[in-house]
Amino acid sequence: MGWTAADFVDGGSGPAILARMDQSSPATPVTRSPVIGSAVPRKDAAEKVRGRARYIDDLKYPGMLHGATVRTRAAGGRLLGIDFDPAVDWSSFVVVTAADIPGANSTGMLDGDQPVLAADRFRHSAEPVALIAHPDRARLREALAAIRVREDAQPRPLFDIDASLAAGGGLCPGNTFRDYLMSHGDLAAGEAQAEVVFEGRFETGAQEHVYIEPQGMIAHVDAAGVLVVEGSMQCPYYVLDTLAAVTARSAGELRVVQRTTGGGFGGKEEYPSHIAAHAALLTLAAGGRPVKLVYDRAEDMLATPKRHPSRTQVRVGARRDGRLTFVDIDFALDGGAYSTLSPVVLSRGVIHAPGPYRCPSARVRGRAVATNHPPNGAFRGFGAPQSIFAIEQAMDGLARQLGISPLALRQINMLRPGDVSVAGQAIDSATDFDAVLAQALAESDYLARQARHAAFNATGGRLRRGIGLATFHHGAGFTGNGEVVLASEAAVRARRDGQVEVLASSSEMGQGNTTTLCQIAADALGLPVERVTQAPVDTQEVPDSGPTVASRTCMVVGLIVEQAARQLRARLIDEAALAREDMSAEGFAAACARWFDARADAPALEVHARYEPPAGVMWDETTFQGSPYAGYAWATYVAEVEVDLLTGEATLLDFVAVQEVGRVVNPVIAAGQVEGGVAQAIGFALYEKVVRGAQGEMANNRITNYIIPTSADVPPIRVFFQEQRAGTGPAGAKGLGELPMDGPGPAIVSALNAALEGTGAMPLSRLPAMPEDILEATAGVHRTGEAA
Amino acid sequence: MSTDITLRLTLNGQPVECVVDPTRRVLDLLREDLGLTGSKEGCGEGECGACAVLLDGAMVNSCLLLAGQLQDAALRTIEGLPTDDPLFEAFARAGATQCGICTPGMVVAARALLDREPAPSRERIREALAGNLCRCTGYVRILDAVEAAARVPSGRAS
Amino acid sequence: MSAGAQRWYRPRELAEALAIKASRGADVQPIAGGTDLMVAWRLSTAPMPALLDLGAIGELRGICEDPDRVVIGATTPCSTLAADARIQRGWPMLAQSAALTGSVAIQNRATLGGNVMNASPAADNPPVLLAYGARLHLASASGRRVVDYSGFHTGYRQTIARPDELVVAIELPRPAEATTVWYRKVGTRRAQAISKVALAACLQWQGSRVIRARFGFASLGPVPALAGALAHRVEGCDPGRLDAGALAQAIDEDFRPIDDVRSTGAYRRQVAINLVRGALGLA
Repeated sequence: MGWTAADFVDGGSGPAILARMDQSSPATPVTRSPVIGSAVPRKDAAEKVRGRARYIDDLKYPGMLHGATVRTRAAGGRLLGIDFDPAVDWSSFVVVTAADIPGANSTGMLDGDQPVLAADRFRHSAEPVALIAHPDRARLREALAAIRVREDAQPRPLFDIDASLAAGGGLCPGNTFRDYLMSHGDLAAGEAQAEVVFEGRFETGAQEHVYIEPQGMIAHVDAAGVLVVEGSMQCPYYVLDTLAAVTARSAGELRVVQRTTGGGFGGKEEYPSHIAAHAALLTLAAGGRPVKLVYDRAEDMLATPKRHPSRTQVRVGARRDGRLTFVDIDFALDGGAYSTLSPVVLSRGVIHAPGPYRCPSARVRGRAVATNHPPNGAFRGFGAPQSIFAIEQAMDGLARQLGISPLALRQINMLRPGDVSVAGQAIDSATDFDAVLAQALAESDYLARQARHAAFNATGGRLRRGIGLATFHHGAGFTGNGEVVLASEAAVRARRDGQVEVLASSSEMGQGNTTTLCQIAADALGLPVERVTQAPVDTQEVPDSGPTVASRTCMVVGLIVEQAARQLRARLIDEAALAREDMSAEGFAAACARWFDARADAPALEVHARYEPPAGVMWDETTFQGSPYAGYAWATYVAEVEVDLLTGEATLLDFVAVQEVGRVVNPVIAAGQVEGGVAQAIGFALYEKVVRGAQGEMANNRITNYIIPTSADVPPIRVFFQEQRAGTGPAGAKGLGELPMDGPGPAIVSALNAALEGTGAMPLSRLPAMPEDILEATAGVHRTGEAA
Repeated sequence: MSTDITLRLTLNGQPVECVVDPTRRVLDLLREDLGLTGSKEGCGEGECGACAVLLDGAMVNSCLLLAGQLQDAALRTIEGLPTDDPLFEAFARAGATQCGICTPGMVVAARALLDREPAPSRERIREALAGNLCRCTGYVRILDAVEAAARVPSGRAS
Repeated sequence: MSAGAQRWYRPRELAEALAIKASRGADVQPIAGGTDLMVAWRLSTAPMPALLDLGAIGELRGICEDPDRVVIGATTPCSTLAADARIQRGWPMLAQSAALTGSVAIQNRATLGGNVMNASPAADNPPVLLAYGARLHLASASGRRVVDYSGFHTGYRQTIARPDELVVAIELPRPAEATTVWYRKVGTRRAQAISKVALAACLQWQGSRVIRARFGFASLGPVPALAGALAHRVEGCDPGRLDAGALAQAIDEDFRPIDDVRSTGAYRRQVAINLVRGALGLA
């Protein structure tokens, strides 16, 4: 059942896995070489900076066809047929429809409700209904224009969370994919104790990933009859599973290869399975000829999932002294037309909804709601940025009502060692949130700047300044029992010359695991990092280390890699007379040579390890109580903004991000994760708005009209790490990748609200806070000209 | 379809002559016809800068350029930067590349800047790179890298 | 157009280009930087027209200043304008708008003539040209004419240029003494944004009174345009005595901004009012 065992938290003896492993190889004292914690240059940098790294669209094969996707226009309805203009000679095209699918017409995922190609009914615009391929890429466009999908559009598509709930059905029962309830303590008692209650509604919008490399795949059938699909992806084994189901082939007849991937951020978690299935269907219809299916930006933005829009009702009550007595949250996500990953995005959102605060009673209801939008899906943070935005703004609102500072309210209620979170998790002794907060206040010069801004704003000019903070934590790894189900596996393999490869399906998409996993292995083996590489991610070559998501690669996969590496070293000690105290690369290589010399027919020196969580009920999916995550990174982010009252434009002046992440494996890569996440979250907070057309489609599906931050928009992002070295990952590391997505939104809106204080503006309650929203909030001021 | 023309240009320092549709996008000419895949297509409309090249020394987006417009010009792509361009080392060391898809365009943009302004301020670097979108790094380390490359003693070919 | 007609021209002489326009008129599309056209073709399913590349015609490029004016060759790129000391000194709003026209890579290709001829309502340089009282030099095989830019755009993406004409130069008179200028482009982000509203204002003063006002706007209507009613309202007045409501009313007479994927009509209107207040020193 649960693997997030209390002994991870309470025992004080370190992660269970390490303890067990040490028993299996009791006499392997691995001294820490300085590999972990050092700013090893990225292993993929040399190729990438010179433009030599080959992404999927850079590859071409003889006889290759180019594919394209025929999509619906209406936001749901019935398919009446597909007309191919007889003026076009279709004989030179390969055409595939749902009738050509050899296996299941389902993309898999959790509920299996989404077809690979719509056959009869469809639920959203841009839903794939047919595929075409042709040797000449240039001819696809005119061909697409010559295909008409006849649709009987459903009369009243649903695009709003509450409207869809009110409709009560049509897409799925209750139009609700999941309905979760997390209860903690006695809510009625908490309400009775409350002396001040804040109530508010908060919304966040859809967000597009805008990985700079659009999605794409190439499929072909090789000489041995194996269907090979290669491309841009985060989760090769997800792709493999989908291909197996859709093509009705066994795993042995399938091969998935991850190519250099130009960014993912969650956007290449699930949708690559669709594109892979499409490319596979085309190549099967084309007799195995290679088919390239690469989206252009417009199609990528139109068709692929976005961050779930959310709306959250929060009631939070406190005593006059600021101590929380209850929190009552109704959190809802717009899942779009199929459930895809919404259930797990929802559970993470629910668990993070109460924030990092101590509260004796709480109720969080979370629903993933079906609408006629294209399905929403995984995006860095995975539901947490949405619910954290709501609780953080609610805390600010409560502080206003209490007449205390947002900072003081947080200091009063922050979870500390010995506390139990609303999810029921005991807070471990290594948690020192006060230290994180204190450093953030010091680095941002928070109090002094607050005072300076108050004086600046009092002069009544058109520019206003404010500073705001967000305090939050983010759980790493799969939620609840997810890691148990995954039971991930990784391996290390030594060559005769002492060169070592890490074998894992964890996919480099920019976040740096081809370097950090090697650092972890090298550290365990006592080797310089140059002697370790990660093998290309190919399902016929590497074991399933799980999807590359959920901030789990360093913490969870890294731990498995560390375990495998230690066992490899133990084998060399036992089987090839490697001296225990010999931590030299030469000694290691010599031992490898001896090992192979003694085993002329041994194919490889390869050690596999699997994540084996301890037994015991740790997470109860029905009550949402237990220990949902093995570890949390803790953070305080501080944003400083300037608002131009003439235009509503907000400029970030400074940004400070302080986080406790257990152990930093590579300081440059770790800081890069935070800086990049903060920039992406700045976009989420201030610039990035998905504008919908009449059919619920993304109407601004161009980088020209969907605005992401440029180098000129990003302030200095100052990143600081604290390392308690008590995480459950290798060397005490915790997950990091998603954390920076959580804090900037609420910190920036808090800063905006601080800047607008005294102008009579209503507090902002929606992300993104576009100039239009900011100006509207202050509009009364301007009509009368008071602020000018 | 257009009648092909004979196009003469200097590509990465080498004289090149090819028969080509003058209305072909330069990005396609480079990637598909000449196998120079270092220039990337991120948007196809001049917004992301991943396809940036140097046309007579000035940075331009090759997705907005027609082959016919290259007549008699000197074109330099990421593949044509000198192997010891200090930007390469600086980008790798600073952690200025993550997924890498924007990186060639970013390096080309930085080269265009440093060729004109050998010691730009951080603010100037920000402005000069604002047409090159990066979704991974938050730009911090890219700015660091360009500053670092600018500190490398000059005298290198570029 | 006849089948087999030539699809690509790249003359070195203006006369040759004008001859091609004289014979083929609207069938041949002039192209300079191509930064707008290439995007338009990508978004359209129509086949690309025959093209007349102006990039090899040296006489269309350059900046020439005299005591009364500056004359800018139509294919002079924005980067040249932004960096030119004469422009920076005498017509600083044009240096600013050129430096805000897309990114550096765009500015290296995008030309002033192209920005005018493309006739986008959100174009970056036209508000400035309107505010400075620009005149356009149009040429055809049968001769040249010089027209006021303020009457050039007749409707959405429509101009008074004839199918056989090319814009060859843009002329800006030197601003009169006691003139102040004010320029602001409002996009969502700081760099390479498409404007939601842009204002270029040229105000000639006599003491505390404005005696001549030109407010060039982009993105408020189907074409870049001068705000005539607003100028009329302001001229002769001390802005400090102007009633905010009166300014708003005048702007409402001039423009009815719309909602689109980039912004809302309400935002554009409010920002226009606020920018005018800024230009007049009231905010």
